[in-house]
Amino acid sequence: MVLAREATHGRVVHDCNAAAVAAGISRGSRITDMRAILPDLRVEDAACAADAADLAMLSFWVRRWCPWAQSDGADGLLLDCTGSDHLHGGEEAMLREMTRAFAAMGLTARLAIAPTIGTAWALARHGGHKRFICEEADAARHLAPLPVPALRLDGATVLLLKRLGLKSIGALMDVPREALIRRFRRIEAPSANPVLRLDQALGRHKELLVSEDIAPPLRALRKLAEPIGHLDGLSQILRDLAVDLCALLEREGRGARGLVFTAYRVDGGVLQCDVRTGRANRDPAHLTALFDGKLDRFDPGFGIEAAALEAVDSEVLAAAQDDLTGKTRDDMAFTGLIDRLVARLGIGAVLKPVRQGSHIPERGELWAPAAIENAGSLSAVQRRTTTPLRMLQRPEEAEVIHAVPDGPPARFRWRYKLHDVARSQGPERIAPEWWRENSRARLRDYYHVEDSEGRRFWLYREGLMDDGRGGNPQWFVHGLDA
Amino acid sequence: MEPDVSPVSNDNSPVDDRRADSTPLAAKPQLVELFSDFRDAGVAGFALAQVPRGGRILWVQERMAALETGRPFGQGFGRFGGDPEQLVLACSRNTGDLLWTMEEGLRCTSIAAIIGEVWGDPKALDFTATKRLAMRAERQGVHVFLIRFQGHPNLSAARQRWNISSLPSAPHPYDGKAPGIPRWRAELFRARGAKPGIWQAEYDRAAHRLDLVPLLSHPAMAEEAAPQVQTG
Repeated sequence: MVLAREATHGRVVHDCNAAAVAAGISRGSRITDMRAILPDLRVEDAACAADAADLAMLSFWVRRWCPWAQSDGADGLLLDCTGSDHLHGGEEAMLREMTRAFAAMGLTARLAIAPTIGTAWALARHGGHKRFICEEADAARHLAPLPVPALRLDGATVLLLKRLGLKSIGALMDVPREALIRRFRRIEAPSANPVLRLDQALGRHKELLVSEDIAPPLRALRKLAEPIGHLDGLSQILRDLAVDLCALLEREGRGARGLVFTAYRVDGGVLQCDVRTGRANRDPAHLTALFDGKLDRFDPGFGIEAAALEAVDSEVLAAAQDDLTGKTRDDMAFTGLIDRLVARLGIGAVLKPVRQGSHIPERGELWAPAAIENAGSLSAVQRRTTTPLRMLQRPEEAEVIHAVPDGPPARFRWRYKLHDVARSQGPERIAPEWWRENSRARLRDYYHVEDSEGRRFWLYREGLMDDGRGGNPQWFVHGLDA
Repeated sequence: MEPDVSPVSNDNSPVDDRRADSTPLAAKPQLVELFSDFRDAGVAGFALAQVPRGGRILWVQERMAALETGRPFGQGFGRFGGDPEQLVLACSRNTGDLLWTMEEGLRCTSIAAIIGEVWGDPKALDFTATKRLAMRAERQGVHVFLIRFQGHPNLSAARQRWNISSLPSAPHPYDGKAPGIPRWRAELFRARGAKPGIWQAEYDRAAHRLDLVPLLSHPAMAEEAAPQVQTG
C-alpha cells in the first residue's frame, strides 16, 4: 500500500509501507510507474496538513520526557533530553519507555540519543537501529559508515557529492577540510553545505533547538470560601473576575476577543457560557455586560465553589490615547454597543449594509454581520439612478394591468389591494448576469411608481413579451419608497 | 391663501424664534412615535429627514415588521442625507428584544438616531416601556423614532405622536409623468409643548430639513392649497 500526493507531473508516492518497499517501490516515484511494477497496488490519498497538525501536537506530547521539544520536517521530533534522562531511570530506560508509549498509540518510532542534533538525526534515520545511544567520543566513528544523505543535505547536493565520489560521511571526513571549504564557501543554506552540516553533526558548529512555547492561558480564577447557591453572588464574582482578567490582559498588552466563563459546582458539574467581542477589549464593565442574561440559565444546584473567566481568544491591543475630538472613544463605545447587541441577539442579527459588485439590487447590497470587518467588494457598483428606501426581503408578485405591452403599469394588485398608478418613471433596465445565472434568466425593467394616494413603489417586469425565455412577463413589487 | 411655510433645520443654523414656536418638529431630541400603514414607506423618509446629516443610525426591526415591509436599503439613504456606512440594522425576534436593543443603543453616546419598527400593538410596548425610552432619549440627546405599522394609539409616553401618510409628490421638474420630491401628510395628534395639527411635509434635500406647511382641514380649502395631482 502507498499514500499518494499530487505533484507537478501527476500523482507520486508520498510514503509507502514495508510490503511496498519490499516490492521495489520508492518514495517520490510516479504512481503510474509503480502500478506497472505492482498491478494490485493499493493507493490512498495522503493527508499532509493533518499529518503536520498531528506532529505539532506530538511535539507537545513528548514534553513528558523533557521540557524542550521541536518538530523536525514532516516526520521527525527533536528532543533535548540533557539532564532529564535520570528522571526516567537513565537513557536506555527512557528510550524503552518512549518506544512503548509510541507503540501504544500505534506509531513506530526510531530513536537515537547523540551529543548533537545532526548525529542523532543521522543515527535515527540511517543508523538501522530501533534504539541507539551514541556517546560523545564515538560520534565520528558511528557517523563514518552512514550514507551522505544522513547529513540532512538536499537532493542536489547529495547528487553532487555522489558525482565527486563521496558516498559516505566517512569519505567526506577524509577529504581535506580546506578543499571542501573552498568548494562550498559561497553556499549559505545549511542543507546545501556539507561542511556546515558535518560541523554541526560533530559539534564543531553550534545548533539550537527552538522549542515552541505554550502561552500561559489568560485566565482569572476564584475559589470561594463558601459555596454560593444564588446567581446574584455569581454575577458579583463575574465582575471581580473581569477586573482580574483585565489587569492580566493589560499586563500582556492584549485585548479579549472571546471569553469563556466557567463555574464549577460542588457536585462536580461544570457550567459554561461564552461570548465574543467585535474588537479586542479589556474594559471590565463592558466584558461583564456581555454576559447579561446569560447567567440566568445557570443552575447552581448545591452551590458553586469556584469560577473562572478565560480569554480563549485575544489580540494585541496597545493602549490608545483619546484625541481631542473624542472620536476614538466614540468608536470604542460603538463597537462596545455592537458587542452587547450581538451577545443578546446573535451575530446574524446585527447587520450592516455591504456593497457588492452587482447591478441586481438584492445582490448589489448584502447585509453582513456588523461585528466582522468587511469593507465590501472592491468592484462595488455605484448606482446612479435613485433607489428606494426599503427593499422587500424577496420580490413579491403583483398582478398588473398595463396600457401598452412592455410599458409602465397602469394599475396593479399587491397583497390583495388594488393600486391605481398616477405617475411612473422608468424603465431602468437591468440585464441578467449570464455569468451567474442560467440562460433562461430574464432581464428586469424597474419602474418607480406612485399610486393615486401618493404611495410609492418600486416594481419590475421580468422579461419582455417575445424574448423567447418563457411565457408572458411577470411583475414583481421589489421595494417601497418614501 | 398663502400657506405659512415654517422651515425647521436639523443643524444648528439659527431659526426664527417666532416661527420655531409655531413648528411642531422636535427642537431637541426626544421620543417620537410615528403611526403609519405598512404599504407606505413615507414614514421612514419622514424620520430620516429629521436625523442630522450623515449621523450614525441604529435601525431596530421587529421580525414581523421586517417580513411585511422589508429591510431598509442602504443605497437609498443618500437621498435623505443618510450615510449607509453609518447604518447598523438590528433584527429582534420580539418586542422585548426590540425595546432592550433601543435602550442599549441609548447608552451609546456616538449614535445620532435610533429608529425602531414595531408591528401592531404588542403588549410589551406599554406606558412604562415608552416612558423609559422617552426619558433616556432626552437625557442622552438622541433622536428616537418609534415607527408603528398598523398600530393603534394606545397609552404612551412619547413626546410627540404623529400619523404619517403619503401625499402625491411635488411635480417633477423635467418629467410631468414621473414622481417628484415626496410629500407627506403629517398629523400631530398628541404632543407635549406643541399644538396638534395637520401639515404637509416636504423634504428639502439641499438644506436637509423638513418643511411643514399647514394642511387645511376643510376639504374644499385643502384642495386649493394642495398641489394639483397630474395624472398621465
